[in-house]
Amino acid sequence: MFTYIQNNYQTILDALIQHIWLAIVPILISIVIALPLGYLAVRYSALYQVFNALFGILYSIPSLALFVLLPSLLGVQILSPINIIVALTIYTLALLVRSVADALRSVDETVLQAATAVGYTRGRRFLEVELPIAVPVMLAGLRVATVSNISLVSVGAIIGTGGLGFLFTRGFQLFYAPPIIIGIILSVLLAVIFDVIIVLIQRQLTPWARVAR
Amino acid sequence: MITFDSVTKKYPDGTVAVDNLNLELPTGKITAFVGPSGCGKTTTLRLINRMIDITTGTISIDGVDIMQQDASDLRRKIGYVIQHAGLFPHRTIIDNIATVPRLDGATKEAARKIAAELMERVGLPATFAKRYPMQLSGGQQQRVGVARALAADPPVMLMDEPFSALDPIVREDLQQEFSRLQSELGKTIAFVTHDIDEAIKMGDLVAIFREGGNIAQLGTPQELLENPADEFVANFVGRDRGFRSLSFDSARDLPVAHAASAADLVIEDGVARGWSINGRTHKLGGTFTDNDSLRQATDVAISSPVGIAVKVDQDGRATGVITLAQIAEHLEKQRQAERNSAPTN
Repeated sequence: MFTYIQNNYQTILDALIQHIWLAIVPILISIVIALPLGYLAVRYSALYQVFNALFGILYSIPSLALFVLLPSLLGVQILSPINIIVALTIYTLALLVRSVADALRSVDETVLQAATAVGYTRGRRFLEVELPIAVPVMLAGLRVATVSNISLVSVGAIIGTGGLGFLFTRGFQLFYAPPIIIGIILSVLLAVIFDVIIVLIQRQLTPWARVAR
Repeated sequence: MITFDSVTKKYPDGTVAVDNLNLELPTGKITAFVGPSGCGKTTTLRLINRMIDITTGTISIDGVDIMQQDASDLRRKIGYVIQHAGLFPHRTIIDNIATVPRLDGATKEAARKIAAELMERVGLPATFAKRYPMQLSGGQQQRVGVARALAADPPVMLMDEPFSALDPIVREDLQQEFSRLQSELGKTIAFVTHDIDEAIKMGDLVAIFREGGNIAQLGTPQELLENPADEFVANFVGRDRGFRSLSFDSARDLPVAHAASAADLVIEDGVARGWSINGRTHKLGGTFTDNDSLRQATDVAISSPVGIAVKVDQDGRATGVITLAQIAEHLEKQRQAERNSAPTN
């Protein structure tokens, strides 16, 4: 095991960095898209139903099928990381739009009415009252999406770009356990680290959510 | 002054919430809107700050049509207090109160300075400044709600069931303190409540709404209690309205007998301590002063174990006694005099 790490140090590191990158980019893109979509879903309740149905279907598409289908749909090389990023963005988005919508809906109606009544314009009310109050529920959704994303990246290895997933395919091809074990340990570590980072961000953003009566 | 001129609110489904309302809320006074649920009192209130849009008619504040200004600008000049306070859970107490000055463009420091002054004014300790709303009791939260509404020193305030969710003791406290505050501030206030007692207590004027969104009677609390316009008002004001209307008569003119004439009254150094009945001393059951109302004097007489109310001066010295029967007699004479002097028409 240790000899494997020594001999393949650079390969493992590259896989790890690619994994981080492939996991983060879809999350960032999804956050940017999910915020306005979530807002619209709350404002127009018909859209909430539409989004729920649409993203429910998208989320249920098997990841492997999506990875294989996307290159021809997008017109890019099958080995291109864009495939993975687009696919993972779809999955993350499916989870996040719903989280954002639910988070915004969880904001107490009387608080919103009070905000309007004291003279907030709609835009400022969204940025300064709704969004901050929705943060805890939103970040809970983000934690789920992030962990799910980190495990999904590995599936990309089947089509050649999958970060740590590469260690799994390699292990199965060689019928050799160490790369698989290392891949699992690093994946789990990565998920834990990302989760902790989000929790720390949440603590910074919402000191008010921690106070108890 | 807030003026409603033929104001109607009709919803798309045909429901008429407010029906051709004409009403004037005098400057510097509290006008209480009271009525059964679904009578349109809250809708009427919310028309004033454009939380709900008028269908036809106009509302003006000091002669200026509310539709002529931007809705959020208008709202910043109107204090708003609601049931459960509706505080911002993500902001500290001081920043909650500082909200409107901040919206008006004040710096954080300036807004917090105003907020700190207001905390003191509404009876919140300075140590609460950095707490969050969730850490406060319902009564404390509503004090913050009142302070937030006052922060921009608006001439007009709208209060929608502000004290209804509080327990009776806290409610009474806040009602009294708010009355005191209002006597200093002299805001023009619309105050919605479903509780006729609260309306009578808080309102300089009371507008009784009936279902269908129109006003059954508008008048001072005394007028409503003594002279209900119709059956609906009489029923709404309640069965014991006769007793409640005693709140408006002073106990000053009650013909009390000398305190020493009550043989059973235990007096130590001039101060009444209780009633001696069969060798045991019983509690007084309260006292009244010249500043109290007939209602309080009557209540003291009823609560007394011997049916006698004790009147005291400012230092608590017993100055007179009167029985329940004598109070009733006095009342009857007073009513008779009123009937005789009333113009016949």
